[in-house]
Amino acid sequence: MTVMVKSEAVHKSFGHVEVLKGIDLEVKTGEVFCIVGPSGSGKSTFLRCINHLEKINAGRLYVDGTLVGYREKGGRLYELRDREVAAQRRDIGMVFQRFNLFPHMTAVENVMEAPVQVKRTPRSEARRRATELLDRVGLADKVDSYPAQLSGGQQQRVAIARALAMDPKLMLFDEPTSALDPELVGEVLDVMKALARDGMTMVVVTHEMGFAREVGDSLVFMDGGVVVESGDPKDVLGNPQHERTKSFLSKVL
Amino acid sequence: MTPPTTEKMPSGGAPPSKAAPEAIKAIPVRHYGRYVAAVVVIALLGLLANAVAKADLQWSAIPDFFFDGQILEGVKNTIVISVLSMIIGLVLGVVLAVMRMSNNPVTSSVAWGYIWFFRGTPVYVQLLLWFNLALIFPVLNIMPIYKDEMTDVMTPFMAALLGLGLNEAAYMAEICRAGIQSVDEGQTEASQALGMTQGQNMRRIVLPQAMRVIVPPTGNEFINLLKTSALCEVVMYEETLRKARNIGNNSGAVVELLLVATLWFLIVTTVFSIGQYYLERRYAKGSSRQLPLTPLQKVRQNLFTWHRRPARSGGMKS
Repeated sequence: MTVMVKSEAVHKSFGHVEVLKGIDLEVKTGEVFCIVGPSGSGKSTFLRCINHLEKINAGRLYVDGTLVGYREKGGRLYELRDREVAAQRRDIGMVFQRFNLFPHMTAVENVMEAPVQVKRTPRSEARRRATELLDRVGLADKVDSYPAQLSGGQQQRVAIARALAMDPKLMLFDEPTSALDPELVGEVLDVMKALARDGMTMVVVTHEMGFAREVGDSLVFMDGGVVVESGDPKDVLGNPQHERTKSFLSKVL
Repeated sequence: MTPPTTEKMPSGGAPPSKAAPEAIKAIPVRHYGRYVAAVVVIALLGLLANAVAKADLQWSAIPDFFFDGQILEGVKNTIVISVLSMIIGLVLGVVLAVMRMSNNPVTSSVAWGYIWFFRGTPVYVQLLLWFNLALIFPVLNIMPIYKDEMTDVMTPFMAALLGLGLNEAAYMAEICRAGIQSVDEGQTEASQALGMTQGQNMRRIVLPQAMRVIVPPTGNEFINLLKTSALCEVVMYEETLRKARNIGNNSGAVVELLLVATLWFLIVTTVFSIGQYYLERRYAKGSSRQLPLTPLQKVRQNLFTWHRRPARSGGMKS
């Protein structure tokens, strides 16, 4: 099995605060990789490092065998230009906790935007594809609605369709259900489950332990900027080995 | 992939109660204070009207000069100088805003210094400085391309344009910066995550949203500029006020002509205010669930539903 994301001793600091203190992990192609942990543990920060929204301070991060954000040449690292970073991000979809839909565009325009602007897909073709994707996430009737006219769950599903429109090889989910009303969580998780069944490689930061257990192939528990425990979600969640994991799980389960 | 099921809720939660309760018929609260206030205000207005009627004004002079060729040219010049200064202000303002926000310390401090100077000095003084530039630089010499006497270059028009335009740029820079910074950072993150470059992000995502914050104060700025342009009288620019004062001094109808100028300024600012309303409405797209009605639509709605005002039809269209 090939490796999609490879993290070697990744460190990240904000000013004097060290948020990631050496993260080593591998995400295999086609698997659903869950990251859980208390807030402030660095899990979201790590996710944002994968598509270079945050620059790492030390270590190496590879996506599909390519170094993220830098080029290594003759033993030295060169920062990539804005355009090159943008090109790397095209293949990595991301879904945010707060949806971050573009409020001045309708649902279908949100989904079309990147294919048209970044991939230069003809508008008619992009619209056809976008409508198809919205149908796939169960929003065929909301194509022309603005984000403000949609519920949180519907907005998040549009956001997933928007990320899928770029045909990513990897999807990053940053607490995709944390900002939702409890009764809307299910509809978003259903879309994610369907995506997992289709074989999409997914890295999911989540508090939904049920989802992690049911859909996840691997899971890491992070705390204080390090990976405390990792393995099969059923083992880690069902039979945690570390004290920190046990006390965290006892509070959330 | 199966689409998640969306349950159809049965319309209405609880069954409607069988007999509707009797409608309330209560005596409304009497607001005696309102009657008193209305009488007082009307009385004051009456006194004001009386004073105006007694004023030693040649009322006929106002219509006589209202469409005078000189006055009309003045109004035209007022609009021309305001529009051109606004264009300079907008273009230079955007450049300054971008400079101010850049990571380059040289460009950002230069922009800061510019804004500091032009916002910190009166436009009146700036106009005079431009107008008298020939006193310190008799010759304008842009080495290989252009050379001329400064007095030939710094015409009243140029002095007015530079004075108003460069001053306006400082204000526009701050408005643009505030607008751009008002857009949630998550928007930039989302567009970056989709592989858009910084330029695409600015053009397609940030600026259209910033416009909602930028347009209203820009409209105010323009209306201010229309009025401030009256100061250009001091640099001999032939705008509305200068024309009115010339005619007034020659004909002896000083106040009458000032009133003509006042009315023209009111007309012009009113027309542009209406334009601003529609511009703002256009950029409100997506920010609220429904666009506010235009005055015309409001009138129409009220006409057709005069007796049974519906509750504000808001909410989601589906």
